[in-house]
Amino acid sequence: MKDGVNGVALAVFIFFFVAVTVMGFRAARWRKAENGNTLDEWGLGGRSFGTWVTWFLLGGDLYTAYTFVAVPAAIYAAGASGFFAVPYTILVYPLIFTFLPRLWSVSHTHGYVTTSDFVRGRFGSKGLSLAVALTGILATMPYIALQLVGIQAVLDVMGVGGSDSTHWFIKDLPLLIAFGVLAAYTYSSGLRAPALIAFVKDALIYLVIAVAIIYIPIKLGGFDVIFDKAGEALGQNNPATGAPRGELAPGENNHWAYATLAFGSALALFMYPHSITATLSGKNRNVIRRNTTILPLYSLMLGFLAILGFMAIAAGIKVDNGQLAIPQLFETMFPDWFTGVAFAAIGIGALVPAAIMSIAAANLFTRNIYKDFLKPGATPEQETKVSKLVSLLVKVGALVFVLGMDKTVAINFQLLGGIWILQTFPALVGGLFTRWFHRWALIAGWAVGMVYGTVAAYGVASPTQKHFGGSNAMMPGIGEIGYIGVTAFVLNVLVTVVLTFVLRAVGAPDGIDETRPEDYTADAPSTRARPTASADEAGAEPAGVTGQTGTPDAAGAYEADAADEAGPAGAAGVTVK
Amino acid sequence: MSAPPPTPVGKRPVVTPGRIVAGLCLFAPFVGILWVDSYARVEPKLIGIPFFYWYQMLWVLISALLTVIAYRIVRREEAARSAEKSGEAL
Repeated sequence: MKDGVNGVALAVFIFFFVAVTVMGFRAARWRKAENGNTLDEWGLGGRSFGTWVTWFLLGGDLYTAYTFVAVPAAIYAAGASGFFAVPYTILVYPLIFTFLPRLWSVSHTHGYVTTSDFVRGRFGSKGLSLAVALTGILATMPYIALQLVGIQAVLDVMGVGGSDSTHWFIKDLPLLIAFGVLAAYTYSSGLRAPALIAFVKDALIYLVIAVAIIYIPIKLGGFDVIFDKAGEALGQNNPATGAPRGELAPGENNHWAYATLAFGSALALFMYPHSITATLSGKNRNVIRRNTTILPLYSLMLGFLAILGFMAIAAGIKVDNGQLAIPQLFETMFPDWFTGVAFAAIGIGALVPAAIMSIAAANLFTRNIYKDFLKPGATPEQETKVSKLVSLLVKVGALVFVLGMDKTVAINFQLLGGIWILQTFPALVGGLFTRWFHRWALIAGWAVGMVYGTVAAYGVASPTQKHFGGSNAMMPGIGEIGYIGVTAFVLNVLVTVVLTFVLRAVGAPDGIDETRPEDYTADAPSTRARPTASADEAGAEPAGVTGQTGTPDAAGAYEADAADEAGPAGAAGVTVK
Repeated sequence: MSAPPPTPVGKRPVVTPGRIVAGLCLFAPFVGILWVDSYARVEPKLIGIPFFYWYQMLWVLISALLTVIAYRIVRREEAARSAEKSGEAL
C-alpha cells in the first residue's frame, strides 16, 4: 500500500461519483409516469423496462461490488474453489428462463410487487407469505452491508479512511457521505436511479476488466507465468492449518463441495428479493427470457475477474485482508488515473445493487408486513411513503452493521442469508407450477430448512473462526462435504412433500387461490383488459399501465420489442405479431 | 400477438417435441457443470490457462447459445399456440 492518499486516483474516483450522483437525482424524471406515488412506479420503475435496461439492472444487481472484490479474493486465498462463482452464474440462467416468466406473468396480472405477494395470493396464507418476506429481508440486509465492505476496500487502498489512528468519525466519513448520497437519490428516484446508474457502472466495469485482463498479464509475463507462480504459492503449506493453501484444480474430495455450492447458489440467487424486483420491472414476459441469453456476458467477465486473483498471487501482492487483494493489485499495476477509474467502477458497482436491494427489502416490508398485518387499508400513496422510509432504514441498518460490528459478522450473515433464502424455493417455484403443496407443509418445510441450515453453519469451524467458518459441511447420507444450503433445501422439500401427503389425507383446509392457470402465461397487452382482483391493486394498476409504454398504444410497445430483438441478443427473426 | 394469447388448454398437448428439445437445451449445462470429475484438471492448458478455468468459461458461451436456441423454440411454440387460438375464435 502506498503511503498517504493517492490524490490522482481519488480525484478520478470523486469525479465519477459526483457524475452518478447527478444522474441518480435526475433519474426521477426519466420515463416519468403521471402518478409517481405508487409502489409500481417507485419500487418497480413503472414495470416499464425493456430488454437492455433490464439487462443493465440485473447485471448491476447480480454481479455486485462485493462479487468483484470477494470472488478474486477467494481465489487469492484458496485457489480453484473460489471459481465456483462462474459455474453458479452459468446454472442460474436456465433456471431463470424456466421459472421467472411465469412469475412475471402472474405478478403482472395481479399487481404483485414481491414474491410474498405471490405466495399469499397463490396459497391464501399470510403466515407463509410472512415467512417468505422475513427470510427475504433477513437475507438482504447483510448483502447490503457487504456492498459497503466493497466500497470500504477501495477507500482503504486509496488511503482515505482505513487507518486506525484517526478518529472513527473522520475514518468513516467518506463511507457515510457515499451512503448518504445513495440513500437520498434512492429515496427520491426509486428503482429508476440504479437503473440509470447501472449504465455507467457497467461501462466502467467492462472497460476495467478488459484492460486488466490484457495489461496485467503482459506486465507479469503471460498466463503461463501467472499460473506457474500461483500454483507454486498455493502449494505451500499454510502455517495456520498445516495444509497447502489451495490448488489450481479441485482435488477429488472437493468435487461435491464445488458442485453443490454452484448448484445451491444458483437456486438461491434468483430467490433474492432484489433479483425479483429487477425481473418484475421488465415491461413484458419475454424481457426476462431474452435477458437470460445476454446476461452470460457478465459471467464471462466474472470468470476473467476471478483469474485476477491468480494475478494478485503472481504479482506478489501480500495483504492480510483478502478483500484488499484486487484493489491493491490495481493500484500496484495501473497508472494512478486508471486506478481511479477501476476504483470508481467498484465503488459505483456497490451503489447500484445496494439501491436495488434496499428497494426490494422495503417493498417486502411494505407489502407483506405493513399492509398485511399493520395497516390493511393502506392506499398506494401510503405504501410508497412507507417503502421510501424503510429503504432508508434498511440502509442505516446496513451501515450500523458494517461500522459497529466486525466485518466477519456481515460475511457470516451473508453466508447464512444464502442458505436461508434457498428455503423459500419450494413455496415460490413450487407455487408457480402446482398447488399441490399444502400451505402448512410449506411453512413446516421452510422452518426445518432454516433451523437445520443455521445450526449446521454454526457448527462449521475454520482456522480463524470457531463458528460460521464456511458454508460446507458433511452431507448426511452421502458422506461427502457439500454446501449446507443444498442439504437444508433437500430436507425442506422432503418435509414439505411428506406433510402435504399427511395433511391431504386428514383433509386439512386449503387456502384460497386467487390465481388462474392462464395467469401464468399471460403477457403485457392481455392484462390491460382484465381488471385486477382487489380494489387497491386496481387503483395501482392504471398508473403502472401508463408508465409502461408511455403511450396507450400497445402495438408501439411491441414494435420497440422487435427492435430489441434485432439487436445483438441474437434473437432476431421471432414473429411478434 | 394482438389477440390475448393465454388459455393453454388448446388442442396442443403440454409436452411437444419442441418443448422437449428446449428442455434438453436448458438441462445440458447442469450435466456439463455439475460433473466436476470431467474437468477438474490442469492440462491441457490454453494460452497458459489451466483446463479447469477455460473449460468452464467455454461453458458460459455454450450455455448462452443453448439458451438462445431454447428461446427461439419457445417463442415459435407460443406463436403457434396463439395462432391456433385465434383460428378457433374465427
